[in-house]
Amino acid sequence: MEKNILIPIGPQHPGFKEPMRLDISIDGEKVVDADIILSFNHRGIEKATEARSYIQNLYLIERVCGICSHAHTTSYCHAVEEILGLQVPDQARYIRTFIGELERIQSHLLWLGIAGHEIGWDTLLMYTWRDRERVNDMLELISGNRVHYAMNTIGGVRRDIAQEDISGLKEGLDLLEKSVKYYIHVITEEETFLMRTRGVGYLSTDKARKLCAVGPTTRASNVKIDVRADDSYAAYLDLDFSVVTAESGDVWGRSIVKTGELVQSIRICRQVLDVLPGGEIRTKAPPKVPTGEAVSRYEAPRGELIYYVKSNGSNMPERVKIRSPTLGNWLVMAEMLKGVYIADVPIVVDAIDPCLSCSARVTMTDYSKGKKVVTTLGALGKWKKGRRGIA
Amino acid sequence: MMDSLAAVLYLILFPGFVFLLVFGLFCEWVDRKVYARLQNRVGPPLFQPFADLIKLLGKEDIIPKNVDSILFQYTPLIAFAAVMTPIIFIPIWSATALFPLQGDLIIALYLLSIPALALFVIGWSSVSLYPLLGGFRAATMLFGYEVPFILACLSCGIIAGSWRISDITAYLEMYPASMLIVIPGFVIALLALEAKLERTPFDIPQAETEIVGGVLTEYSGKKLAVMRLMDDIRMVVGSSLIAAVFLGGFIVSYGSISWAGTDLTNVINFLLYIAKSLMIVFLLAVIRTLFARIRIDQMLDFSWKYLAMGGIFQLFIAVMYIGILHG
Repeated sequence: MEKNILIPIGPQHPGFKEPMRLDISIDGEKVVDADIILSFNHRGIEKATEARSYIQNLYLIERVCGICSHAHTTSYCHAVEEILGLQVPDQARYIRTFIGELERIQSHLLWLGIAGHEIGWDTLLMYTWRDRERVNDMLELISGNRVHYAMNTIGGVRRDIAQEDISGLKEGLDLLEKSVKYYIHVITEEETFLMRTRGVGYLSTDKARKLCAVGPTTRASNVKIDVRADDSYAAYLDLDFSVVTAESGDVWGRSIVKTGELVQSIRICRQVLDVLPGGEIRTKAPPKVPTGEAVSRYEAPRGELIYYVKSNGSNMPERVKIRSPTLGNWLVMAEMLKGVYIADVPIVVDAIDPCLSCSARVTMTDYSKGKKVVTTLGALGKWKKGRRGIA
Repeated sequence: MMDSLAAVLYLILFPGFVFLLVFGLFCEWVDRKVYARLQNRVGPPLFQPFADLIKLLGKEDIIPKNVDSILFQYTPLIAFAAVMTPIIFIPIWSATALFPLQGDLIIALYLLSIPALALFVIGWSSVSLYPLLGGFRAATMLFGYEVPFILACLSCGIIAGSWRISDITAYLEMYPASMLIVIPGFVIALLALEAKLERTPFDIPQAETEIVGGVLTEYSGKKLAVMRLMDDIRMVVGSSLIAAVFLGGFIVSYGSISWAGTDLTNVINFLLYIAKSLMIVFLLAVIRTLFARIRIDQMLDFSWKYLAMGGIFQLFIAVMYIGILHG
């Protein structure tokens, strides 16, 4: 029998922006099997939250991810506010929504650029990242920061959107809408982009449901789930937007969903700026949180983000558990990889928009043996020791 | 004695090594600058390619332990020599090339496909996965673009009735209208050259996001510099060839142009040559900007379905043209 060639991709590889290893077995130019090896950058953030106060944790949790920092803090704040029984002022709800949507815009633009880079189309990368700068500028205008906005606090937000900034923000949204429409035109018309993305990394509706995929990855397989609509939070209930889905289930469908969401996000942002209620931006929260637990769900740019917070009456949480969206998508990624060409591996991996820094505490899946191993921190340490020295 | 000395000077200075080096680096700059401007970037300064070359030459040169040392070390030089040689068959400052031969079009085409074979040998001798895959891809692509490229170039040979590049240029100058007939061939040759030079959308053998450094993953220092320079010179020689074969009409050889008593014909012709080559480099850069990288199977599909068919169509037109003209 012919032996398949095993190609290790990563942990350091130009196709991946963060360390992960993918052992793919190939037969000719086609992938037969893929083995995902993760956790090269476990940082122990969940454990670290237990030694910090609720307010300090905000700044730690913001650093779980550089792209969706607002998603993490908002989700965390929602959980803590639920335990406290705090009522967040309307203005704060709207501002959270606004920042969250701007963050979605910059994350999706970033993804579109990286997707272009993965298929060797650096022009798309340069254009989308130029426009992403505009979003970053808008975020800087509001919060003073471009990456970690530090807008959230328990009980509300830390900064208001100034009246004199609103016209500038609207102008920025107009520019963005123009370029987003152009990108939609590009990705639906450009032949080489279609050649590389259509039918690549197919995921059926069934598999997407069965393997519990989240976010744009699922929506591209025609599963209509979106926490913003299904389990509304912040100000989404008062706003008008639609959940974008696609039927093709391939990488192209995912790009269509993501660009469609860009349009929706811009729409949401406009509505927020029009109906900003004004008034207080935060309710004062006590430093100590009574005993209790809460789960909060948030639609991060990459999909559903879940925070579980358990308090014990002190000013530090007893347990914070983060289920980041990328974690929900690993399984489908392995599924999507089977049968694609080697040349398509980077774009298929990238299509789930993996954010490894969010998800480096992991369910590991051994596809060669067909079993799943949920790894504890201790076992992870042992496993790492065992692997050391193996090339 | 004087003749051979002059020949050596031609080969070393102009239009040989030194000229190709300078023009090659300049073309790389033009390519990078156009690419950058089209992408909303500033782009590199004029001396950047030269600085890159000098820096690479000074870097540590590593030969991995398990490689086939002789192949690994000397294949770059063979590829380098092969891409430089066709320049002596290509008319630069007059309608006649430096050392024209009967059938030199075939020799030039042959020499220009040596680098792909060299890349395959390098991939094989590197004993490493990524170069190996890159080498396979380079060799596979050769089967895709080589036939259309040759078909397109030969159509011009058929029209001119000679397989000597200088004759083709002379013919196109005599009958400039015949350049219109080879426009499809020009487009085909341009796309095939893009593939030959392994540039987007055909940069499959060096797709960074898939196979890291591609064929040249194990190369460093001087050898990498030689290979990079080889790429630049291949671009220059390839565009010069296309310029001579398809745009040969833009040259002045009947009659002369002089200004203030000095004969400037050769200078004008040289400037025309530079302009033609730069135009082709510009077009290559535009193609590179516009498209995403396609897969190897799609590339082969594309070249056989469209490019090769187009090449045959061009050949047919050429034969018809000759038939009507002389028939």
